[in-house]
Amino acid sequence: MNRFGYTRASDVGEAVHAAANGDAAQFIAGGTNLVDLMKERIAAPSRLIDITRLPLRAVKSLPDGGLEIGALVSNSEVASHPEVVSRYPLLSQAILAGASPQLRNMASTGGNLLQRTRCYYFYDAALPCNKRAPGSGCPARDGVNRIHAILGASEHCIAVHPSDMCVALAALAATVHVTGPAGARAIEFAEFHRLPGDAPERDTTLQPGELVTAVALPREGFAAHSTYLKVRDRHSYAFALVSVAVGLRMVDGTIGEARLALGGVAHKPWRDPTAEALLRGQKPDDALFAAVGEHLVRDARGCGHNDFKIALVRRAVVRALQQAVAGGPRA
Amino acid sequence: MTTGKTGEPHDRVDGRAKVTGQARYAGEFTAPDLVHGFVVGSAIARGKIVRIDAAEALALPGVLQVYTHENTPRLAWRDRSWRDMVAPGGSPLRPLHDAEIRFSGQPVALVIAESFELAREAAGLVKVDYEAAPHETRLAEVESEAHEPARGKKGYTPPPKPRGRADEALAAAPVRVEATYEHPPLHHNPMEPHATTVIVEADGSLTIHDKTQGVSNSRDYVCKVFGLASDQVRVVTPFVGGGFGSGLRPQYQLFLAVLAARELRRSVRVVLSRQQMFTIGYRPWTRQRVALGAERDGRLCALIHEAVGNTSRFEDYCENVVPWSGVLYECPNTRLEYGVAALDLYTPIDARAPGAVTGLWALESAIDELADALDIDPLALRLKNYAEEDQDHRRPFSSKALRDCYREGAARFGWHRRTLAARSMREGALQIGWGMATGIWEAQQAPSQAKALLTVDGRLHVASASGEIGPGTYTIMSQIAAEQLGLPLAAVRFELGDTALPPAMIQGGSATASSVGSAVLAVCRALQHTLLKLAQALPDSPFGGRTLADVEFVDRGLRLRSGVAPAVPLAAIMRHAGLGSIAEQATAIPDLARQSRYTSNAHSAVFVEVAVDEALGTVTVRRVVSAVAGGRILNPKTARSQILGGVVWGIGMALEEHSMLDHGLGRFVNHNLGEYHVPVHADVPAIDVVFVEERDDVVNPLGVKGLGEIGIVGVAAAIANAVFHATGRRIRELPITLDKLL
Repeated sequence: MNRFGYTRASDVGEAVHAAANGDAAQFIAGGTNLVDLMKERIAAPSRLIDITRLPLRAVKSLPDGGLEIGALVSNSEVASHPEVVSRYPLLSQAILAGASPQLRNMASTGGNLLQRTRCYYFYDAALPCNKRAPGSGCPARDGVNRIHAILGASEHCIAVHPSDMCVALAALAATVHVTGPAGARAIEFAEFHRLPGDAPERDTTLQPGELVTAVALPREGFAAHSTYLKVRDRHSYAFALVSVAVGLRMVDGTIGEARLALGGVAHKPWRDPTAEALLRGQKPDDALFAAVGEHLVRDARGCGHNDFKIALVRRAVVRALQQAVAGGPRA
Repeated sequence: MTTGKTGEPHDRVDGRAKVTGQARYAGEFTAPDLVHGFVVGSAIARGKIVRIDAAEALALPGVLQVYTHENTPRLAWRDRSWRDMVAPGGSPLRPLHDAEIRFSGQPVALVIAESFELAREAAGLVKVDYEAAPHETRLAEVESEAHEPARGKKGYTPPPKPRGRADEALAAAPVRVEATYEHPPLHHNPMEPHATTVIVEADGSLTIHDKTQGVSNSRDYVCKVFGLASDQVRVVTPFVGGGFGSGLRPQYQLFLAVLAARELRRSVRVVLSRQQMFTIGYRPWTRQRVALGAERDGRLCALIHEAVGNTSRFEDYCENVVPWSGVLYECPNTRLEYGVAALDLYTPIDARAPGAVTGLWALESAIDELADALDIDPLALRLKNYAEEDQDHRRPFSSKALRDCYREGAARFGWHRRTLAARSMREGALQIGWGMATGIWEAQQAPSQAKALLTVDGRLHVASASGEIGPGTYTIMSQIAAEQLGLPLAAVRFELGDTALPPAMIQGGSATASSVGSAVLAVCRALQHTLLKLAQALPDSPFGGRTLADVEFVDRGLRLRSGVAPAVPLAAIMRHAGLGSIAEQATAIPDLARQSRYTSNAHSAVFVEVAVDEALGTVTVRRVVSAVAGGRILNPKTARSQILGGVVWGIGMALEEHSMLDHGLGRFVNHNLGEYHVPVHADVPAIDVVFVEERDDVVNPLGVKGLGEIGIVGVAAAIANAVFHATGRRIRELPITLDKLL
């Protein structure tokens, strides 16, 4: 871990100002990811701006019927918040599918959005990695790539986004509120994370110095027909090999509205509106679900060890849609 | 009063110290002049260091020194000085000795600084340029070059000579199965990372707190390598946070910490990071071929078991993988072969039930395959071929209650309700599978010593330089001593893990209860003898002319077995003799003349239920019954914990664990506990452990067989067999991850 300066900010303006004054400054809240990255010399901020005292801990109902979650609300609090449990069970399930109780107690909503990939090569500073050291190469492509991307990868990077919560937020079409040197703005969730392209060092579309202040959920939470299905190598405390977040609005036995996002397959939560369109207006049916699964992996490419994820997506999508139609995950 | 009887369940006597943080581990000892070391590991698997630039690291205030091969003093010259007590044949690693790189992660520099954090930061600033040479880390590429291991590894026995004509018998057998089984390298990952704190005493001698399973092994290694007299080095390790074999040999942080302490004349601590725990030994990658031939009624007529495990290029690690196949089942024609093949990796090291875990995974899978081919119940097939004597050595078993394990385990599991065909048990969308396997491990005894001091206040201090890697050594040794002298458990203090104490075997091979326990028994018998003699000198002594067989030690006193008189307090006996204390020392040596006439093994039968979600490939272990024949059980509570731990690790081996090698880089890449998966609570079902009655007066005076290893043996095969029963899919390459079942 490098030596770093430390500033404790008392309001958002002060935090953003402090960040603008140091080019390698980073915000820190729960630190559940950043501290590990610093220990491994993957992150070496010149200054940490402690944002834990900022007034971003509220969960508020919005005038449009939605729900706003402050950036510092812990993952545990979100997962157990009565409004979230009753109106957005998908989000609650997704959060509880990730990490451990201890980590969820520390991890913040904003921080969860900014988790970095768990690619083995990214985490080993002795090795090349375009995400960690741009231009150094991507050994994962020809290396151990069991956990890597099958969709939206580039020749420079095949890492996957690790969050479960974000897969649910993508399906729910949340909005991320940020404040930066140029003022406040809102980012559609689908636009918040980015594909690696030729700049895999950038995970998100945040501009330098921008601070996540809140995540807003739209009114529709698909509470009656949603599920988060996470397929992984052990029953807890493992990142998703493939996960599926589904929200359906059922109207007289027909799918009125459908949302579907995949985790564990790409550099960002993978939401494909054309797949959702296949479901809209249709009667639920396994053949339809299989077609949706097939459609989602139409451009998927494996690198060897992760080829199985293509078949796994097909199957997991069918299972998740079945569960959502039935009302939620099996007990 | 908590009595100190053996056979009763007792909480760990050191439990409170452990859970309250009072128990001190190697990396927790300190000294006023302590400085910290952090290791820089090689980024390449093979080649040479062409340049090391430590200037940036040394420029950090608080960094004291950076040791590399360029500034490390010349030390012991001969290989044998570097060979520890349990080293395999070959040339042991000499850290920072020269520019040559033999494996990825090999230590190339040690940074010493005023704090751990600073040392770690500075380590990241050491620049190393390499000239890489081609490396090979794929077992399949070197398998054909497998060779007989070089001699020298303690406990290794080359496979027995073939019996009968296995290949001909196989060719002629009415029913045959033949398959190759493989498991990847597996790292132990004890909770406590390897660590050494070297304290430089005022007289210049060294007190070393090393994470080790054998304090004397670490002491002797340091003395030989650095040319020190044994009275200049004392190794003190009262607690170890899990060893599982990884602490049998001195690991490189011991050498590095001593090196720095001697050079700087300051106390030094070196702790490995979790990532660096993947640069030390591991259970070797092993490929095995098993071929079985049987008559139609299930009787085995041919058994061939060939195994190749990986080793390093500089040492021949080896283990007993195949001999179990000759001893477990009756079969007239067997051929067992074993070889090692060198890769550009560090040398493997014993891992819980080394060899047996590996061999039984293959053998017990193959037996299950044969049962399927014969349409016979897998348990019935095993009973049909039950060996009543050791055919390879033509001698009886000192005891073998395996049949009881099968019976008791099957009854508790409800095995009779199993339907024979694969894919025949279902529960909703889940395929259910029931599988079983046998476990075996050798019961061993090694020479050990103990001393004891009984004081007139009724307290007993017993000590031996044994280790406590977690099995409950403090507890059972205290129980043995308390029982022998009729004392409450709380009156006994057992001390271990210190080279100043009477020497004991390295803690490994499930032999501590047997070896150190026998020494404790012997020293307590010596005390008994002395006390009886003193008691005979009492006025109007009822003990005149009596022997130890006539008396018993109960309630802090001595009395005649036959009489009704109350016990004479031990304190009264000692006071009458004018003694404030009595000290004894004793050595327990195995009765080899007798033991060598028998084969002594612990056994187990493991029954497993799995549920497989076939659409997603996920496997859930839902129940495990482990029935164990391990001789006399000294403490059912710590004994059960031993088996639980073994079963949990077996679940990990079957379904999750995999040290993943990037062959392009020649490096283990999933080197953290986030990505090297071990079972979490959600993966572990209720585990039913049962110890069957087994009496054995050959193995050692206590009749114990040791339980450290037996719990894990067979578990992986039982799970793989259950997965086959559930799905009809035979997975022969571990771990059984979901991609293999899609």
